[in-house]
Amino acid sequence: MRAVRRLCTRLLNFSIRRRSDSRLREEMESHIAAQAEENMRAGMTGEEARRLARLKFGPVEAIREHYHAEKGLPFLEILLLDIRYALRGLRKSPAFTVVAVLTLMLGIGANVVVFGVLNSVLLRPLDVSDPGSLYQLRHQQWMSFRLLTTSFPAFEDFQRRNTTFSGLAGVNAYAQAELNWRGKAVREIAGDWVTGNYFDLLGVQPELGRFFHAADERGPGSAPYVVLSDALWRTTFSADPGVVGTTVQLDQHPFTVMGVAPARFHGTERFVWPDYWLPMSNEGQAEAGPDYLHSRSLITVTVIGRIKPGVTQRQATENLNAISSELAKEYPQTDDGQPLRLIHPGLFGDEGDVIRRFLWTVTVLALLVLAAACANLASLFAARTADRSHELALRVALGSSRRRLVRQLLTEAVMLSLLGGAVGLGSAYLLLGVLNRWHSPYGHLPLTVDARVYLAGLAFTLGSAFLFGMVPARQAWHSSPLQVIKSGAMQSLALRRFALRDLLLGVQIAICALLVTASLVAVRGMERELHAPLGIQPQGAMLVDIGLSQTIQPGEQAIEKQREILEAARSIPGVTGVGTVSRTPMTGGMHGVPIFPPGTTDFKLANSVLAPYVFPMSPGYLEAAGTRLLSGRDVSWHDTAKTPYVAIVNQTFARKMWGQTPAIGQHFVLNGHLTEVVGVVENGKYHDLQESQQPVVYPPFSQSDASEGVFVVRSRRPPNEMASALEHTLSSIEPNLSIGVQSWSEALADEFFSAKAATIALGIMALLAAMLAVTGIFGMAAYSVSRRMKELGIRMALGARKTQVMKAAIGRPMVVLGAGSALGLLAGVFASRLLGQIVYQANAQDPVVVGGAVLTMMMLGIVASAIPARRALGVNASQLMREE
Amino acid sequence: MKQKKDVPQGTLALMVLKTLEVLGSLHGYGIARRIEQISGDLLSLNQGTLYPVLLRLEQEGAIASEWGPSENNRRARFYRLTRAGHKVLQAETRDWEQTAAIIARFFAVEAGDL
Repeated sequence: MRAVRRLCTRLLNFSIRRRSDSRLREEMESHIAAQAEENMRAGMTGEEARRLARLKFGPVEAIREHYHAEKGLPFLEILLLDIRYALRGLRKSPAFTVVAVLTLMLGIGANVVVFGVLNSVLLRPLDVSDPGSLYQLRHQQWMSFRLLTTSFPAFEDFQRRNTTFSGLAGVNAYAQAELNWRGKAVREIAGDWVTGNYFDLLGVQPELGRFFHAADERGPGSAPYVVLSDALWRTTFSADPGVVGTTVQLDQHPFTVMGVAPARFHGTERFVWPDYWLPMSNEGQAEAGPDYLHSRSLITVTVIGRIKPGVTQRQATENLNAISSELAKEYPQTDDGQPLRLIHPGLFGDEGDVIRRFLWTVTVLALLVLAAACANLASLFAARTADRSHELALRVALGSSRRRLVRQLLTEAVMLSLLGGAVGLGSAYLLLGVLNRWHSPYGHLPLTVDARVYLAGLAFTLGSAFLFGMVPARQAWHSSPLQVIKSGAMQSLALRRFALRDLLLGVQIAICALLVTASLVAVRGMERELHAPLGIQPQGAMLVDIGLSQTIQPGEQAIEKQREILEAARSIPGVTGVGTVSRTPMTGGMHGVPIFPPGTTDFKLANSVLAPYVFPMSPGYLEAAGTRLLSGRDVSWHDTAKTPYVAIVNQTFARKMWGQTPAIGQHFVLNGHLTEVVGVVENGKYHDLQESQQPVVYPPFSQSDASEGVFVVRSRRPPNEMASALEHTLSSIEPNLSIGVQSWSEALADEFFSAKAATIALGIMALLAAMLAVTGIFGMAAYSVSRRMKELGIRMALGARKTQVMKAAIGRPMVVLGAGSALGLLAGVFASRLLGQIVYQANAQDPVVVGGAVLTMMMLGIVASAIPARRALGVNASQLMREE
Repeated sequence: MKQKKDVPQGTLALMVLKTLEVLGSLHGYGIARRIEQISGDLLSLNQGTLYPVLLRLEQEGAIASEWGPSENNRRARFYRLTRAGHKVLQAETRDWEQTAAIIARFFAVEAGDL
């Protein structure tokens, strides 16, 4: 109570700046006078009495200081004084201030941006209740990098038999549908098929209307309901609450709008924003083609689940694996008993590992940039403090405490970094805003700048202030006033202090060399990736997507239609090749199909010999796609369901099956049909660029049950011209279908995203580090030249050669540059493993990388030291000598 | 910058409070004289150090002050104990006596007593 009261009074005194000491002065005067009078009464003379009275009173100034300290808040008062002093000092040297603030802005801004992304992608929990207990089921291997988990019947078995989950829900994501409302086609939308318990499992509440529950699903086609996303409801239904209960059409099937999901909810994938959710039990009704709900061989369901309280992840996994091996025994033809594992959903299954590693690596590199910035500022500050050493020494000699000096120097550092941090945070905020509007190929990621990001910014700011403020503070602490004052401006201590700055510059250069190496590795990786043999030639080819399956059931009629379209496309002038394939490579969602040796009777998975990807295609596809046929023939229109089954395989398939024996004429069993190999094509990439060589089978469309395909049209004409020609020709054949035309290169651009992102991120970091290194070397060289101007002048006057002058002027920075670069390169080689996480086949020992890094560092050195070197050479000895 | 004090600050405050309790309203010089008288030559006190202590006690609300005429017709600041000050004094006195008693007991113990 007393302390609080006292603090209030002191705060008040402080805030109204009540500094008058008239009361104390009056009290002191009256006190001393009273004492003097008493002394006189005791028989002293007036002079003596007053002197003794003052003596008895004690040191007036010290008492006043003490009195003031009691009265106000000295800590804050000194802080204010220091801040004012620091601001005055910064205003007096604007160049220093601007350089320092810019340096900090880059360092802190880069870190805040990286942290902002990290925060949104990894640190922020999913917007579902208790995200910690929510898991996604994944296969141990085989399906790595694929989202899908099981067939729908297998999902139902897991749901029924498990004892460790409070619920399992199935999701079949990325469905597309044409939305019709009030009789008008509105637009193509994308959403998820989910099981009835989906919303209850995730624990979300509707914004409007209600969600469907497990009880709403009573067998196939029983739940024609749709839940809209908040975004779709706002954009397409203009946020009309009356839409609940009305009927909309999705691909011509009626669905009753049941409710609207809250704005923040978008399922369990961070990058994906579905427009709608439909009950999975109606999937068969709305989509033509195979019956997903009853086929055990169609892997369509992603399974998420919430484990019961008290159950460990390990127990749950064991439970699932027991069920999995049970199912493999019961359904040996379709269920392979793959062991399962549990991961947290949100980042495309196992892509999460890649994304996570990428972001953490970039975070480390960004922190390195900040460290380099701090080293830069520390050496700037050290130089400044060295110039002020005389003043500091005087102040210590006059009785200022060292602690007080250090406090002042640190205040200056903190002021500067707060300034830089504010600017950095501001620019990071803008940059995050730009990133926020950008749609990555992964999808849209809202980057929210929340309290955590601001806190991180503050932490970066204060952390860096501490880092670069400690160096001058240490200098001030250890300086000996006597020595400094005695030896004047050219102190003998300068040498030792130079050593500290050398070290700082060396650190900076090493970090820069490391980042330059890293970004060169990334560039090489990207180059390699861009030139990796894809097995296709996307340049000059167009992809045409026609929703044929909406009107035609698979079968002979569909084949005829395909043929008609292909003929029409071929007749367009300039077209050199046309073909169609079930799906083009690297469009995701693939899984292997088991094949068996000839003569197999028991088609259980254990008997299969290989699980290649299968791409049903039309004659001419290989040519149109630019896939080279190495031997044998293409499939033809004469290969039909009535003729012997044939297929083309790739080299890997042939090698894995038959080794060195020629593959043509060999047989295998695919989907129950004995199939003869009639051709072998080159290897390629099928699921992603990083995959190892995969076996692939290309059966003719006419001998498979696939119905729909993508048309590939190769031509010599420019893509946009070709696109309009194709649209024109094809819409005359199929006027009622929506036709999408895209150039293949464009469609594949997303595949190179991770390589590009790595290159850009590392490139920016390297650029920042290079800028810091240049300013660092420049600063040091310029400083040493300016300090040694007189010495250089004398040397020149005494006949020193230019090389000697140069050596004296910039020799030191050059030595530091060499040592730092070597260190950085070495670190780069050791960091290869780290880089390997984000860059395809990273290799820092690549001679191109090493050479490039050495060259870059040399260029940086030359650029940075050119001006100081010229200044040193241009010293006019006679003029300089005359000046003093 | 710790000043070397012959009287620990807390003790000085206690002396001031006790003086004011005994003598009622008193100015700074009077308090200083009284402390000197009572402690005799045992305590060497820079009289000036009293004023920061007085300020502190006033800020804590233990004492109040006002201007008034001194014996020699000068203006002087007179300090008196407030009601809160009485309580503070009681509490501090108790504390001090307890501490003193404990220390005294330690001094009273001889090696043979153990």
